[in-house]
Amino acid sequence: MMRLKILSVLLAAGFLVACDPAQVKDGDSAGGQMGDQTTTGGISDTGVNTGRYMDNVSYDRAAINDSGSVLAERVIYFDFDSDQISPDFTELLVHHGKYLAANADVSLRLEGHADERGTREYNVALGNRRAQAVRRLILLQGAAASQVAVISYGEEKPVALSHDEEAWRLNRRAELVYQIN
Amino acid sequence: MKLKIIKSGLFLFLFYLQSAHAVLQIEITKGAEGALPIAIIPFERTGIAMAMSVDVAEIVATDLQRSGKFSPIEREKLIDQPHSLEDVNFKLWKVAGIDHVVLGQVKVVSPQQYELQFRLIDVFKGGQVLGYRFLATDKTLRSIAHHISDLIYEQITGQKGAFDTKIAYITAERKVGAQPSYKLQIADTDGYNPQTILTSTQPIMSPSWSPDGTQIAYVSFENARSEIYIQHLATQKRDKIAAYEGINGAPVWSPDGRYLALTLSKDGNPDIYVLDLRTKKLTAITRHWGIDTEPAWMPDSRELIFTSSRTGKPQLYRTSINGGQKQRLTYEGNYNANAEVSPDGRTIAYVSGEGNIFKIAVLDIATGYVQILTDGELDESPSFAPNGSMILYAAQADGRGVLAAISTDGRFKQRLVLSEGDVREPTWAPFKQ
Repeated sequence: MMRLKILSVLLAAGFLVACDPAQVKDGDSAGGQMGDQTTTGGISDTGVNTGRYMDNVSYDRAAINDSGSVLAERVIYFDFDSDQISPDFTELLVHHGKYLAANADVSLRLEGHADERGTREYNVALGNRRAQAVRRLILLQGAAASQVAVISYGEEKPVALSHDEEAWRLNRRAELVYQIN
Repeated sequence: MKLKIIKSGLFLFLFYLQSAHAVLQIEITKGAEGALPIAIIPFERTGIAMAMSVDVAEIVATDLQRSGKFSPIEREKLIDQPHSLEDVNFKLWKVAGIDHVVLGQVKVVSPQQYELQFRLIDVFKGGQVLGYRFLATDKTLRSIAHHISDLIYEQITGQKGAFDTKIAYITAERKVGAQPSYKLQIADTDGYNPQTILTSTQPIMSPSWSPDGTQIAYVSFENARSEIYIQHLATQKRDKIAAYEGINGAPVWSPDGRYLALTLSKDGNPDIYVLDLRTKKLTAITRHWGIDTEPAWMPDSRELIFTSSRTGKPQLYRTSINGGQKQRLTYEGNYNANAEVSPDGRTIAYVSGEGNIFKIAVLDIATGYVQILTDGELDESPSFAPNGSMILYAAQADGRGVLAAISTDGRFKQRLVLSEGDVREPTWAPFKQ
């Protein structure tokens, strides 16, 4: 019998917000205008992230249970109507990809989400493309296709329930949900 | 029933529901100028003396007012209350400028058994133009009252009434410390008699009626993925129609009942497919790297309108289900999505976004003329009444999801507000068969 352990992703979301105030600022400036999907401001600021996780990242199987590991960060955020992965998150996803490549029996479920703006089924499609974009990057690190599943909830499962820029920023996301046998 | 009337520029009706099961309440938010005045006399009570919770004349008055085409005289302002044709003082109504008078009787034959009759009087013709008698029970009384509204509406406007039909919608309740609760519900067009079709702790989306009104297709995430089901309303029996890898979404029944259009991403990217419900043959209609979703049928069941991001931003396109050229329909603005075709096939209602503001727009297919109908901030999910007279849609009010309806000409607006939680994705049922 398989024991399925789904690690808390909400906790990870909170962790990310708390630890990275620079991102909050970027998201705010980018989120407002539809039709302006490139976060030029954000990209020039990303120097702060470079090398953040460089040293001593462990891909040991148990590293996933270490709340101090970079692997404990499991939510990435997107711009409005965009499935482009911000450079802020590429390094994080590289680590997750390497972890999966190193642990072939671990599987990951990528859940794509959208904010409430725009139509519901279009947002399901958008969430799907966000999760697929994350999946492609993770597979590039050597993880097997069978390890990474994708689902989109569109705007149906918001983490922030208010109707403002901050809630929208938090809801435009992909969550990495590990499933460890 | 408590009826409260507030006058403030445009008139506002708050219509409170007393039944414990009734969860939607109607607020009429924009009155129509130039609507036809009509006098609906409280129905005369005969037979066994007994308390009745249903006021037939009030249901008829509220229905006719909701259409935006009529302006029923407030009960306190009725200059006369005749109960038979002989009692009608034609001269009086003529002087008052009232063209039509509705009068009737409710006879309580036995507890929960009623005999209803009504007459529609044309003041200028000087006589009755419509008269019917019905037998009713407690269960059918409201439906028969809506049917009376339909008959009056059709007699005067020449267009079939859609009051005695149903609506389906999704409700969502999220409470701190509790599992969210999603429900697929069906109710009368005035929000009464809600029935729950499906309850889930996972999202339910995109309900679509079969053209005969006996089944509903929808998306459920109950198995931690999107799946499309078709549920028979009478038996509650349901079949899983699509559970492919990836998205199984946006099911829409063709008007001839033969096909279900849907969105699948089984080949990696969201595309439109058509499923033949008899042969189970699945045909890809689009193949594009962009997002293709939200199919809507033209009345001939041969063509689809859909949303595509193939030019970068969501816009509406038209395609034959036999393949061929995809014709772009919308050009104004950055976000045009979620089309719904009017029953006569002349108009497309859709969601038009500009900045953070999303409104319902209508496109005249022949002329390309676009009219923005609503003034909300997050209006979505438009659905035509089966007679094309109204568009039901989802809106936000005070941070909550509510349903709203607007006459297709934009003159008259009302809201259906849930007592708690959000209500969304309304879809108007076809005419009763």
